Amino acid sequence: MSIQTIEDTTVKAFPAPAKPAEVIAFTAKARRRFDPIVIAGKLASALVPPAIVIALMLVVWQIACSSPTASLPPPSQVWNEAYDLIAHPFFNNGPQDIGLAWRVLISLQRVAIGFGLAAIVGVALGALVGQSIWAMRGLDPVFQILRTVPPLAWLPLSLAAFRDSSPSALFVIFITSIWPIIINTAVGVRNIPEDYRNVARILRLNQFEFFVKIMVPAAAPYIFTGLRIGIGLSWLAIVAAEMLTGGVGIGFFIWDAWNSSRLPDIIVALAYIGVTGFCLDRLVAAVGAFVTRGTTAK
Amino acid sequence: MTAYLKLDHIDKSFARGNQVSEVLKDIRLTIDKGEFVSIIGHSGCGKSTLLNLIAGLTTVSAGAVLLEDKEVDSPGPERAVVFQNHSLLPWLTVYENINLAVSKVFGRSKSKAERHDWIMRNLDLVQMAHARDKRPAEISGGMKQRVGIARALAMEPKILLLDEPFGALDALTRAHLQDAVMDIHSRLGSTTIMITHDVDEAVLLSDRIVMMTNGPAATIGEVLAVPLARPRRRIELASDRTFLRCREAVLKFLYERHRFVEAAE
Repeated sequence: MSIQTIEDTTVKAFPAPAKPAEVIAFTAKARRRFDPIVIAGKLASALVPPAIVIALMLVVWQIACSSPTASLPPPSQVWNEAYDLIAHPFFNNGPQDIGLAWRVLISLQRVAIGFGLAAIVGVALGALVGQSIWAMRGLDPVFQILRTVPPLAWLPLSLAAFRDSSPSALFVIFITSIWPIIINTAVGVRNIPEDYRNVARILRLNQFEFFVKIMVPAAAPYIFTGLRIGIGLSWLAIVAAEMLTGGVGIGFFIWDAWNSSRLPDIIVALAYIGVTGFCLDRLVAAVGAFVTRGTTAK
Repeated sequence: MTAYLKLDHIDKSFARGNQVSEVLKDIRLTIDKGEFVSIIGHSGCGKSTLLNLIAGLTTVSAGAVLLEDKEVDSPGPERAVVFQNHSLLPWLTVYENINLAVSKVFGRSKSKAERHDWIMRNLDLVQMAHARDKRPAEISGGMKQRVGIARALAMEPKILLLDEPFGALDALTRAHLQDAVMDIHSRLGSTTIMITHDVDEAVLLSDRIVMMTNGPAATIGEVLAVPLARPRRRIELASDRTFLRCREAVLKFLYERHRFVEAAE
């Protein structure tokens, strides 16, 4: 009898909590993803510390170079004498007298060509070295030696070989940036898991299909590490190349300013080069992060 | 009558420097079309090597693997492998992983729409159609293995090779996948060879169980036929006398006659 009563109550009890109205309340609790206060806080924490450090550096620099016997100009003098360069990056007063942003763009164009070629050749060579044990044994020592040669050392040779300044400049950028691309690609290819190779063998993928569908995506994180180092090096090489080959790039601008003793101009150009190099690095890193999303997770 | 798959006096040895280690010795086995055969043995007995030989991923030292009287000397989609660690390509979605296989195998013989239908049919077969746009990192281990099975089935292989497919899964997921494999086998009648070290799994799934002796120079110790009617249900079999007798036979082989001794190398 007692059992029966229990059964009765449970049977009746079940329908009661079937429609809880509270469920709707959950959607209201969902947090807004783009909270302006949170974003402002993050921005401040990213921007305020470097701003303070830069301000301190400027103050120290100003004090150190304020004496009349100082060999370098203080920031105030840079600001006064190079104000046109800082305030108007896009002026254009004829073929040789253009703003620094234009000069940076011309240099970037050189880097794009030289680095683009280095990326294509570097990934192809790196794939070869990573795939073939004999190619690695033969080529790796050569690469390891050549990669330590500084950019400027290549310049006389390339001028002699190409007999023209602008392909020589491209060659110097190319030869400076290619080594980390080759070496990192080779490491990436060597680290492709055996299972992926087995999948490719079972599917009978040919060499080209294997390269495009397995090798490049599997080695992509390594390739992008190489590209990131490579673009940094190619930007280092541009100044060296343009100093000797002339033209209107940012590198030649520095050389030209030195020859006419315009030290403040050199300092402004340095800032331009630094910021551009930083942007290039971040750009390649961002492209890499986008392309390799999901591949690093096991 | 000639056998569908014939392992004809296979020896396999690996040479490292001037040291030669014999892994498999005189393997003789024939497998009929539609048969489900498990290969069981202690670790290090060369089970996986044997599967790789059938897959063509490694080559025999002596003897031959014959599939429909043709010698196997290289890997190919007619002998699809489901790997222990799924081996899905992490940068492709579930759908794209299977598409890679389907467009390679059926790129010429099927139209694009037919290939799509074929991919979806195989995903349905392993109940993974809902996750077609997910990447391997976003799905569980059992689901990855399901996709691995779908990819292998989508190649329409003559033989399906399972290399300890459930080894890395928890017991419940494993049981689900075993049921899925039994269901697929009964529907498609695919000839299947499975490597396992799980006695229950071997008895539950197989028509015959091939028991390997310990290495080095391992060979086939015994072959046990499992005369259980299909479809098999694990709960009914738990107290079935034939099931228990088969289970006991395998256990006796593994733990009495060919006990695993830690090799003193």
